[in-house]
Amino acid sequence: MIPELGHFALILALAMAIIQTIFPIAGAANGNQAWMSLARPVARLQFVFISISFAVLIYLFLTNDFSVAYVAQNSNSLLPAIYRFSAVWGAHEGSLLLWAVILSLWTTAVTFYSKRLPNFFLARVIGVMGAVSVGFLLFMLLTSNPFERLFPVPADGSDLNPLLQDPGLIIHPPMLYMGYVGFSVAFGFAIAALLGGNLDSSWARWSRPWTLLAWAFLTIGIALGSWWAYYELGWGGWWFWDPVENASFMPWLIGTALIHSFAATEKRDVFKNWTILLAICAFALSLLGTFLVRSGVLTSVHAFATDPERGVFILVLLGFFVGGSLLLYALRAPSTVKGGQFKLISRETFLLFNSILFLVAMLTVLLGTLYPLIAEALGMGKLSVGAPYFNAVFIPIMTPVALLIGIGAIVRWKQDDYIRVGKQLRYLFLASLVVGGILGITFFDNHLFRTIAGIVAALWVILTSLSALMSRLKHRQNKLVALQTIPRGFYGMTLAHIGFAVTIIGITITSQHSVDVHQRMAPGDVVAFADYQFSLEALRPTIGPNFKATEAVVKVTKNGKHVTDLHSQKRIYTVRNMPMTEAGIDSSLMRDIYVSLGEPLDDNAWSIRLYHKPFVRWIWLGAIFMALGGLLAATDRRYRLKVESNKTAPVEGGAVSLKS
Amino acid sequence: MIRYLLPLGIFAGLVLIFIYGLQHDPRLVPSPLIDKPAPTFNLPTLHSPGINIHLDDLKGKVSLLNVWASWCVACREEHPLLVKTSQTNALNLYGLNYKDTREDALRWLNKLGNPYIESAFDQAGTIGIDYGVYGVPETFVLDKNGIIRYKHIGPLNKQDIDDIILPLVKQLEQPAS
Repeated sequence: MIPELGHFALILALAMAIIQTIFPIAGAANGNQAWMSLARPVARLQFVFISISFAVLIYLFLTNDFSVAYVAQNSNSLLPAIYRFSAVWGAHEGSLLLWAVILSLWTTAVTFYSKRLPNFFLARVIGVMGAVSVGFLLFMLLTSNPFERLFPVPADGSDLNPLLQDPGLIIHPPMLYMGYVGFSVAFGFAIAALLGGNLDSSWARWSRPWTLLAWAFLTIGIALGSWWAYYELGWGGWWFWDPVENASFMPWLIGTALIHSFAATEKRDVFKNWTILLAICAFALSLLGTFLVRSGVLTSVHAFATDPERGVFILVLLGFFVGGSLLLYALRAPSTVKGGQFKLISRETFLLFNSILFLVAMLTVLLGTLYPLIAEALGMGKLSVGAPYFNAVFIPIMTPVALLIGIGAIVRWKQDDYIRVGKQLRYLFLASLVVGGILGITFFDNHLFRTIAGIVAALWVILTSLSALMSRLKHRQNKLVALQTIPRGFYGMTLAHIGFAVTIIGITITSQHSVDVHQRMAPGDVVAFADYQFSLEALRPTIGPNFKATEAVVKVTKNGKHVTDLHSQKRIYTVRNMPMTEAGIDSSLMRDIYVSLGEPLDDNAWSIRLYHKPFVRWIWLGAIFMALGGLLAATDRRYRLKVESNKTAPVEGGAVSLKS
Repeated sequence: MIRYLLPLGIFAGLVLIFIYGLQHDPRLVPSPLIDKPAPTFNLPTLHSPGINIHLDDLKGKVSLLNVWASWCVACREEHPLLVKTSQTNALNLYGLNYKDTREDALRWLNKLGNPYIESAFDQAGTIGIDYGVYGVPETFVLDKNGIIRYKHIGPLNKQDIDDIILPLVKQLEQPAS
C-alpha cells in the first residue's frame, strides 16, 4: 500500500508538471493573466507531491521493504541505517527521483524569490522548468519506476554497492545534482528571454545569482566526488578523467564561462547571444551527463547499471530540449539588439577570452570523452582515451586562464590604458616570478620547472586579486568603512580566484612530488619512506555490520617521534562478496600519509602501499574557497534589493521589447 | 543566420554519434586472438595439485574455456546456467581458475556445483594475461585444433548459450569439408 502511495504521488506530480508547462507558457503568449498566475501555485504543488513520493521511498528503505524491487536490489537488513537512507539515490531509479526532486526544489525556490520578475517572464521560466520536469517524470514512470513491486518477495536485499557505502557518498550526489540541475534555472531564464525577445541586462541580473548558486553547489559536488575517489578507491588518485567524472566536470567548465559572461552582460550589456548560448549549453551538458552515465554508450570504471532502452529515452529528451532550444536560438538570436561598445583593452575583452578558453577546455574534455565512440562510428576500431590525453591538452588551456584572471581583475570596464595596466601589473608579475622561484628552489629538488611554473601562476592570481582589492581602498579615507562598502560580489570574485590559485598549488605539488612504494610487509616489519618510518604493528581480523575485514595497524614515526597510527582495512562485503579497501590516511595542510592494504601474500605477509602526498588537501580547500566565493557573489546586495526594480525591469504586459 | 544555426548543427552531429553508440555495446571488444591458436598452458588442476592439465588435453573436441574466480561477483551470476548446461553434456566445458586461492575456489565449487570437466589453477594469472583476460568471467570457444573461434566477455546468459555458443559448437564439430 505504501509503495503505491509513492507511485501515485509521482503520477500526481506529473499531472502538476503538465499543467505547470502548458498554462503559464500559453498564458504568456496570449497575455492571459489567469493562466500565467497558475505558475506559482502549481509549481509548489508539484513540489509537495514529488516530496511525498521521495519521502515514501526513504521510508521503504528505512523499513527494509524488500517487496519493492529497487529496495531489494540496493539495500539489505544489515546495512547501517544511514546507508539505507543514502541508498535511496544509490542506483538508477532513485537518482532520477532525486534529480526530479531537486529540479522541483529549484523551481519552487524561483517561485518564492521572483517578486521582481514581470509576470509573463516568470510564467515562461516556470513553464520551461515544468517541461523539463515532465520529461524526467515520464522517463521515470515509463522506464524506471522506483516503486515497482517484486514477487516473490526476497528474504533479504542484495545490498548497496559497497563502493557507495561511505560518508562522502551520502552528500555527494545531492550536491552534484543541486549543481547540475540548478543550471536548469539559467536555462529557463534563457529560454524565457528568447521566447519573449527581451534580452536586456535585467535578464542577466535575474538569472545570474541562480547560476552562481548552482555553480557553487556543483563545485562542492565535484570536490566531494574527487575526495571520495581519493580515499575510497584505495590508490591515492584524486581525478581519473573517467566519463562519469567528465560528465560533471563539463557543465562546471561551461558554468564557469557562463558566470563570467553574465558579469559582462549584466554590467555592460554585451555578449548577450553568447551568454544565452552558454546558458543553453550548461544545461545541455547536464542532460548529456545524465545520458552518458545512464545509457551505457560509454564504459566507465563507475559502471553503474546501464540500459540501452533508457538511453533511447534520454536521447529523445536531450534531442527535444537541446535541439529545440538551439533552434529557438537560431530563430531569435539574430534579431537581438546589439549591446554596449568596448575597446580591446577592457575587462569585457578579458572576460570574453576567459569564456572562450573555458569553452575550449570543455570541448577538449568532450572530445576525449566521446572519442572512443566517434572512432568506432568512423570504423577506426575500439580504443580508449586516458589521462595522458587530458593532462596534455588541459594544462596548456588552463595556463592562459591563470594569466588572464590576473589581468582581468585589474583592467577596467569599457576601456583601459595598457600603460596604466602594465604599470600596475609588472611588479606583481616580477614578484610572483621571484617569490615562486625562491619557494620552488628552497622546498623542492626535482621537477623544478613545472613546480615553479605552477607556484608562479598561483601567486600571480593571488597577488593580482589582492592588488585589485587594494586599489579599491586606495583613495578612501576610512579603510574600514571602505572595506564594508565593497560589494559582496567583489569579495566573492576575489575569494573564488584565490581558491583557484590554491587548487593550482595543490594540483601542481601533488602531481609532481607524490611518492609511493609497494611493499611486502609482515607484522613487525619496518619500512623507511619519505622521511617517515612505517612499522606494521598488527594484522587482525575485524567484523563490521555487513562485512568481514582484515585490519592493518601501521605505526608512523618520524625521527623516533610518534606521528600517528593508521588503520587500513581490506573488507569483504558479505552479501555481494565484493572486496573493498579502506585506506588509512593521516592528513594535514602540508601532506597526507596514506596507507592502503593490498593483497595477502604467503605466511601472514601482505602487500601494502604507502603514499606520501604533499599539499593534496589544497585541491579541495581551493574548491571550498571557490564555492564560498560563488555563494558570496550570489547573495550580493543588489540581487536582494526589491525597491529599485521599477527602474530597470521592463513594464509588465508581454510584448514590450519584442523584437522578432 | 548560418552562424546562429551552427550550434544546432554541431548538436545534430553529436546526436547521430549517440544513436550509433546506443546500437553498439562498448563491452564487445573483438579479441585479437580470434582465429589464432590458443596460447598454450600447462597448469596444475584445481582439484589435484600434483596433476597438470595441458592445452593439448582440450584438443580433439570442440571445447569451452571459462575464466572464473571465487571472488568474482558476475561469475556467481552465470554459474547456475553453466551447471545446468553441463548436465546436458552438450559442451566440453573447462575452467581457468584465475588469480584465486585453491581453498576458496574449491569451497565455491562445492557450494555452487562444479560444471567443469576440469579447472586449471592459474594462481599467478599469467595464463590469463596470455589470453588477454581483462574482466572475469570470460569464455573462449576453441575448435578441435585448439584455435580460438569465439570470445565472450562478461557473464553468459541463456540467450548467449542457446543462440550463439551451441550453434557455433555444432558447426565446429562438423568434419571439415
